[in-house]
Amino acid sequence: MNIIVCIKRVPMTQEVDLEIDKDGKGIKTDALAYVINDWDNYCIEEAVRLQETLGGSVTAITIGSEDDEEILRRALAMGADKAVRIDPGARELDGFVISQVLAKAIQGMDYDLILTGVQADDDNSGMVGIMLAETLALSHAAVVTDVQPEGHIAAIRVELEGGMDEVSKIQLPSLLTIQTGINEPRYVSIMGIRKARKKELTIIPVADLGLSEDDLTPRTRIEEVFLPPETTGAEMIEGDAASVAAQLIKIIKEKGVSI
Amino acid sequence: MGQICVVAEHRKGEIREITFEMLFKARALCRAFSLPLTALLLAGKDTGYADDLARWADRVVVFEDDRLETFNSDLYKDILNRVIRADRPFMTLIGHTSWGMDLAPALSVKTGLPLATDCVDIQAEDGRPTVIRQIYSGKLFSRVSFKESPGYLVTVRPGAFLVPDDTPVLEGEVMKQDVPVDLAEPRGTFIEFVDTGAGEIDITQADLLVSIGRGIGEEENIASIRELADRMGATLSCSRPVVDKNWLPKFHQVGTSGKSVRPKIYLAFGISGAFQHVAGITGAGTVIAVNKDQKAPIFRVADYGVADDLFKVADALKEKLAGA
Ligand SMILES: Cc1cc2nc3c(=O)[nH]c(=O)nc-3n(C[C@H](O)[C@H](O)[C@H](O)COP(=O)(O)OP(=O)(O)OC[C@H]3O[C@@H](n4cnc5c(N)ncnc54)[C@H](O)[C@@H]3O)c2cc1C
Repeated sequence: MNIIVCIKRVPMTQEVDLEIDKDGKGIKTDALAYVINDWDNYCIEEAVRLQETLGGSVTAITIGSEDDEEILRRALAMGADKAVRIDPGARELDGFVISQVLAKAIQGMDYDLILTGVQADDDNSGMVGIMLAETLALSHAAVVTDVQPEGHIAAIRVELEGGMDEVSKIQLPSLLTIQTGINEPRYVSIMGIRKARKKELTIIPVADLGLSEDDLTPRTRIEEVFLPPETTGAEMIEGDAASVAAQLIKIIKEKGVSI
Repeated sequence: MGQICVVAEHRKGEIREITFEMLFKARALCRAFSLPLTALLLAGKDTGYADDLARWADRVVVFEDDRLETFNSDLYKDILNRVIRADRPFMTLIGHTSWGMDLAPALSVKTGLPLATDCVDIQAEDGRPTVIRQIYSGKLFSRVSFKESPGYLVTVRPGAFLVPDDTPVLEGEVMKQDVPVDLAEPRGTFIEFVDTGAGEIDITQADLLVSIGRGIGEEENIASIRELADRMGATLSCSRPVVDKNWLPKFHQVGTSGKSVRPKIYLAFGISGAFQHVAGITGAGTVIAVNKDQKAPIFRVADYGVADDLFKVADALKEKLAGA
């Protein structure tokens, strides 16, 4: 079973005051730390587990700059065999363009399964995987929490809303977007990442892929990024921990809950 | 014909709430763009869904076939692609649900129409829609425009447009359409639905929920909050990452893919406030959030907030309760 995983490096934005950049269309990123997109971490793990039981190869792909190679090395350390970085240069990318670039890069490869995360932590858009599937004319399913390939078919579980799953079968080759919790991603040590430096990492400039101008034209554009509109929001309780606790207990009791 | 279309979503004998939310929003858009509103229904035979939808749209276009009873991406995509190519709707709305996340991006590639996902608002500007989305898990908003196109696809966040009770009903025309004879060969087969939420405790019945999120950090730390919950007579619940790590079973999970809860008090420790979580607590009486990050989106929906380390607050609460 040959598997391709598409992964992305995203900024960590918790406990950070995000600052809007000067043209108002993005955020200042220089002070941010980066990690692998949470969903993609589960993707790599799933691919590596499938390869461990079924054989074949795992190829990790990202679109990005040299800095983004960090997550490819991580994927290699987790057990991926090969990595590919597509360098977009200064191109403006939206979900559609990303899917077209990935599709061109993947087109000639040999695969049975492509895995992507359900969504990325930064743009929260959740469209790249399924757009890629459609471009490659593959069967697909989104928000997958279990995959059991058997020959040319895979039994899958899709998570729906409200504590309900759907069990179905899907023909391979297929593209699945992977939901968090599908497995427990393995720990990767710095040592492991260092060792993985010996594995193959190919870099492809986007210009080498022969995409048309149409494929490279974003279909959506961020016009403006802004802070959430003011809401009344929470009444903030201040003070030392003891007085905060006393106030919380008072509020809870006032609302008719005995503690 | 210029129109705004809403793709109806249904499951297990019911039209899902997101459908009415989209129809409600689409009605306002139809007024802004002077266009009629069409509900598109792909479903099994004799469901009665079309009559429900007719109260909310100018017309309901119905494709009925046993193969459409449960969602199938190949079949749904094929039919919707044909409808969009023939009728050229100005805008098509699909729910940002598991279903919509599978359907909409594929339909966008197939039809060539631009797509914006998970939108919390849609506005009319110079004859073109622009949408509002949340990015960085709700810490910022973005206004997104589309490349000019004969039509636009939008997926709508569940809960973004709540339908007021006094919304006047319509009497839309129901139009049955023949399912194409040369329909795509489906590459996926539905087998069954499985309920994943049942378990030893029922968090939906609790008056007081003490809920933990990723901020709990380590599995070992749960004991301390469990002790607090016990002392308060509260039930322990959690956000998704805690279940993903197998630290608590799924029946503790609050949110879109977990449970909707309605306690008198919801005490959220180390939960950021992603919409999939917050959607599960709209029925809570009072929400109290404890989070280190002053800018955490949960503070926008909570009634009371404490911007501090959760363990510090939990320990102080325990001490106070022991002393009381
Ligand atoms: C299809 C789909 C379905 C989903 N369904 C659900 C669902 O049903 N329920 C759900 O919850 N999520 C769901 N999610 C996931 C959701 O998008 C978020 O990823 C998740 O809710 C985040 O959980 P969290 O707030 O616990 O973690 P995070 O977003 O990581 O937030 C942790 C918070 O803890 C704070 N923190 C850290 N340490 C401390 C400390 N010591 N003291 C105080 N605060 C601290 C941080 O500042 C941060 O705000 C779903 C996602 C998708 C795509």
